[in-house]
Amino acid sequence: MLLRYRGGIGMLAWAFHRISGVAIWAFVLLHVIDIYLVGGNPKAYDELLAIYASPIGRVLEALLGAALLYHALNGLRIIVMDFWPALTRYHRQMWLTNWVIFAVLGAIVSYFIFKPLWGG
Amino acid sequence: MSRSAYRRAKPQGGGFELAVWYLMRLTGVALFVLALTHYLILHVLYDPALQDADWITTVRWSSLFWRAFDWTLLMMVLFHAFMGVRTVIGDYAHGGLRTALTMALYLMAIGLFVMGTVVVLTLPKVVPAG
Repeated sequence: MLLRYRGGIGMLAWAFHRISGVAIWAFVLLHVIDIYLVGGNPKAYDELLAIYASPIGRVLEALLGAALLYHALNGLRIIVMDFWPALTRYHRQMWLTNWVIFAVLGAIVSYFIFKPLWGG
Repeated sequence: MSRSAYRRAKPQGGGFELAVWYLMRLTGVALFVLALTHYLILHVLYDPALQDADWITTVRWSSLFWRAFDWTLLMMVLFHAFMGVRTVIGDYAHGGLRTALTMALYLMAIGLFVMGTVVVLTLPKVVPAG
């Protein structure tokens, strides 16, 4: 359905931008509260940290990184098109370039995030 | 407008909405550097498993620079994330519901501003020995 809908790359980029943005916003809520606990209730923070460092926590951590990286790269693409409208004709090339950067950096970051699970 | 055209167009006529439009892009560029650096340091260079409350007090935030860095990141992200969600609310909610959700959103932003600023300012500054 999604692929047959005539929205094209622009619609996909917009949908991913919105989903990743709302996800990052939700994490910011959690993260400001957990850092507040470092001052207010350090024991509770350390208990929460154990969840963050668990295997499931690390999967969520990697997903957060993916949301951040996509939103950052696509955000730059939006800014480029907003301020240099002539470059909008290269939006497809910029979109593909972003995914190449995303895949390379994502693989490297994921390696470091999951490394402690196998004792590295 | 062609089918893949970008529709979050620059608001016409100036005023508040135009200022928000520019500030979203300005904070966006700042966050590209600040948020990605923050993530790189705290999720790639250091394993989060080591970052207990003691580590934050005696290592990460024993430095005034990193406290200022993280507070600046907080200011940028509060503006960018909350104004972004405001746009989402504006797209899906209308009338009184939109007003109520937007007001609740602003109250949450003020709450997080206070919590984040309090902890940055009041967490004891511990200079590590040696």
